[in-house]
Amino acid sequence: MALIERPATRDGGLVPAVVTPSSSYGVFRRPVETKGWKSWLFTIDHKKLGIMYGVTAIFFFFLGGFEALLIRAQLATNEGTILSADKYNQMFTMHATTMVFLFVMPMAAAFANYFVPLQIGARDVAFPRINAFGFWCFLFGAIFINTSWFLGGAADGGWFMYAPNSSVPFSPTSGIDFWTLGLQITGIASLTGAINLIVTVINMRAPGMSLMKMPIFTWMILIVQFLLLFAIPVITVALFLLMFQRNFDATFFSVEAGADPLLWQHLFWIFGHPEVYILILPSFGIVSEVLPVFSKKPLFGYPLVVFSGAAIGFVGWGVWAHHMFASGLGPISVAVFSVATMAIAIPTGVKIVNWIMTMWGGKLVFTTAMLFAIGLIVQFTIGGLSGVTHAVAPSDTQQTDTYYIVAHFHYVLFGGAVLGIFSGLYYWWPKMFGKLLNETLGKWNFWLMIIGMNLTFGPMHIIGLQGQPRRMYQTTDARAGEGFFNLNFWNLVASIGSLILGIGAFLFVINVFYSHRKNGPAPLDPWDARSLEWMTASPPKEHNFDAIPTVHHLDEFFHRKYEDRGEGEHHEYHQVATAEDVLAEQEANADKHIHLPSPSYWPIVLAFGLPVMAYGVIYNIWLIVVGGAIVMAAMYGWGLEPATATPDDYDPPTPEGGAELEVAHG
Amino acid sequence: MADTAVHAATDHGHDDHGTHHTTTGLSNNKLAMWLFLGSECLLFGGLISTYMLYRGRHSENLGPDQLWDIPFTSASSFVLLMSSLTMVLAVTAAKRRDDRNTSLWLTVTAMLGALFVAGQIYEFTVFYREGLGFTTSLFSSSFYTLTGFHGVHVTVGVIMLLSVVGILMKRRTGEDKSELVEMVGLYWHFVDIVWILIFTLVYLIPA
Ligand code: HEM
Repeated sequence: MALIERPATRDGGLVPAVVTPSSSYGVFRRPVETKGWKSWLFTIDHKKLGIMYGVTAIFFFFLGGFEALLIRAQLATNEGTILSADKYNQMFTMHATTMVFLFVMPMAAAFANYFVPLQIGARDVAFPRINAFGFWCFLFGAIFINTSWFLGGAADGGWFMYAPNSSVPFSPTSGIDFWTLGLQITGIASLTGAINLIVTVINMRAPGMSLMKMPIFTWMILIVQFLLLFAIPVITVALFLLMFQRNFDATFFSVEAGADPLLWQHLFWIFGHPEVYILILPSFGIVSEVLPVFSKKPLFGYPLVVFSGAAIGFVGWGVWAHHMFASGLGPISVAVFSVATMAIAIPTGVKIVNWIMTMWGGKLVFTTAMLFAIGLIVQFTIGGLSGVTHAVAPSDTQQTDTYYIVAHFHYVLFGGAVLGIFSGLYYWWPKMFGKLLNETLGKWNFWLMIIGMNLTFGPMHIIGLQGQPRRMYQTTDARAGEGFFNLNFWNLVASIGSLILGIGAFLFVINVFYSHRKNGPAPLDPWDARSLEWMTASPPKEHNFDAIPTVHHLDEFFHRKYEDRGEGEHHEYHQVATAEDVLAEQEANADKHIHLPSPSYWPIVLAFGLPVMAYGVIYNIWLIVVGGAIVMAAMYGWGLEPATATPDDYDPPTPEGGAELEVAHG
Repeated sequence: MADTAVHAATDHGHDDHGTHHTTTGLSNNKLAMWLFLGSECLLFGGLISTYMLYRGRHSENLGPDQLWDIPFTSASSFVLLMSSLTMVLAVTAAKRRDDRNTSLWLTVTAMLGALFVAGQIYEFTVFYREGLGFTTSLFSSSFYTLTGFHGVHVTVGVIMLLSVVGILMKRRTGEDKSELVEMVGLYWHFVDIVWILIFTLVYLIPA
């Protein structure tokens, strides 16, 4: 859709101009469909891309979950035989890779894509075509990595792929090559996404929205994008070195050639530690949106939440070596990194206090979204506390590489990132699809996941402190111990827990199908929400806002619905308008000309060239040339194509087409 | 009630993708380029660190002392530096909307860049003949990786410069192209600055 003119209807809404798709789809006529599969494949609409990111990410959540269940099934009994040692290695490596790179990161990208433009009152991101390109890079990269299962075996070096274990003699299949090249491709998605979202947030806010009036979710996303911007190139270097090592016989990580094996560890964790904040901060943002809404109070200490988020972002760069306490760094380094790590608990603690103070004295409404948010506070805090125990280096040297670590990072990743994501799904679902999710199923979803995760990861503290190493493919009765600390028993509990967890998570999918069949349209403002994204139709119109709002307050939407009749410091809010009123007023004042950029073939074509090149690196040099040619052709096609369709892209040609449109950049 | 009034913003639609009315007044494109270059700093940071770590790890007779030809590399560095100057001339011409001179200076910049790349290829061949292959030692691998990455950046820059020249020649709309030229300029200067760093750290400071 190129242009929406305003033949104002009686009730004041906008009627999209009728657009007939072009009759010929030759290379030089661009796609202009607004319906059907083509409208998805070539879309550059941030909302469609957000949904595509989300659907793909959730698919990978279940794939990664399935891999986790296989791991737990293997460890449920002594001498498990479900997986061979080799398959077990692949399983935990791919489980972690899938969960981190193919679920949590893209899921955050899904929310960011969908909601950041809405929250700041914009009509799209700054570079819509680059946005589409990012999605396809992610999808193709993800598929590429997973094809390794059928091509000789997946990567098996653990998710941090330590050298020299990752060298060919120790891992002769192509699995690690797939991992290296695939992450390189998904890295492009993260990097372009980061640039795009930063520019969007900095440059495209609605009039009046100063940085300190920005919704907190957008703030956290902004911080995350800066982390990505600077972390991705570091892992890029590491992955290139590994590729040269494995595919071109360099010796960057070969100790026998005089290399320093710690080089990889440093590069990986300089990326890797900011990465864990990349995983958690979006969920912090979601929870900071959800808690105020369901406590009927503004977020307590908004500036503090913003600054503590930024502080976590900064300090997150100075703590990477706490992953390497056991590698012989020397006492000074260990002491410095130990203290820095403890320091990061402070801004994190600040956030937790803020959330609790937000709820304090509020009129709490325990919807599923709220339950997940509270769940995050509780479970993440447990993970944070065990985290502090391994910030203490001497204690960490006892815990490192045991299940205690596995317990810790699942409490922060599952209890933090994942619960936050589910909270966001329940909270924003009616906005994205115009239907509420069923609350009863939602509560089952929540409680089964909470019970399941505590049964799974709780016992891992015990198992770990008793000395069971992580990444061990079989347990033996001989070392199981006796009484309360019997490892067999707790391993079984953990495995049963993981099954409950799996069922709980699957209820979400059932809920989606159930709710979409049974529920009527959701109310416009089901939660009495506070921020701009709720000031649109559900789902939002293609151009998001009929009129770009002017912002006067933090929580602008709330202030349009409620009036403060209190005196001085005493606030007393009275509802003066409903969401319908606000929306109607906006429609009545709709903008005359709204320009949206047009769909394009090139993003998907360009992204498609990359895995072709990657297969080339592994199998045949000529494929690199083919892939490179696709990439070059797509780049030129992209560069020469205006951002909005021209009249002759339409059939019949529209009188104006995109001719008078602004040039959109992308 | 003042706030509930929807402020009839008439034409904000124009702001969305245009470069003219952004929140900060900075153009989206240039901001994006700055961010990208910020990210590139870390890329080269990683590569340079790797080189610094490994630069002493080579056999007796195939180290920097035996290989470097400082006069030659200084000359090619000078060529690259001069290309930054011509790039500045291209940008000022573009701001004057003087398409002819813009094209001219962009072409000269591209030529100088290509000359630098040619020099690098020549240098690599010489080293290779003297026995320094990509996998000969940790020093050689990290040297070729670092300078190779930089060379690829220059090559990409040359392609971008020539593409801009192509766009200018077609001159379809006669609109202001100075922002495009400026963006490529930012990239070009960055690549140049990185080379100064590499030249100093790799060639000038004795191992
Ligand atoms: C669905 C529930 C999950 C279960 C049952 C589960 C289970 C496990 C188990 C048992 C291991 C240890 C394997 C071993 O060391 O032998 C593991 C490793 C890991 N998991 Fe999960 N996990 C789940 C979800 C997640 C999520 C959501 C994330 C991240 C967002 C995650 C990230 C990781 C990482 C990074 C590792 C380390 C892998 C390695 O050692 O290289 N897991 N998981």
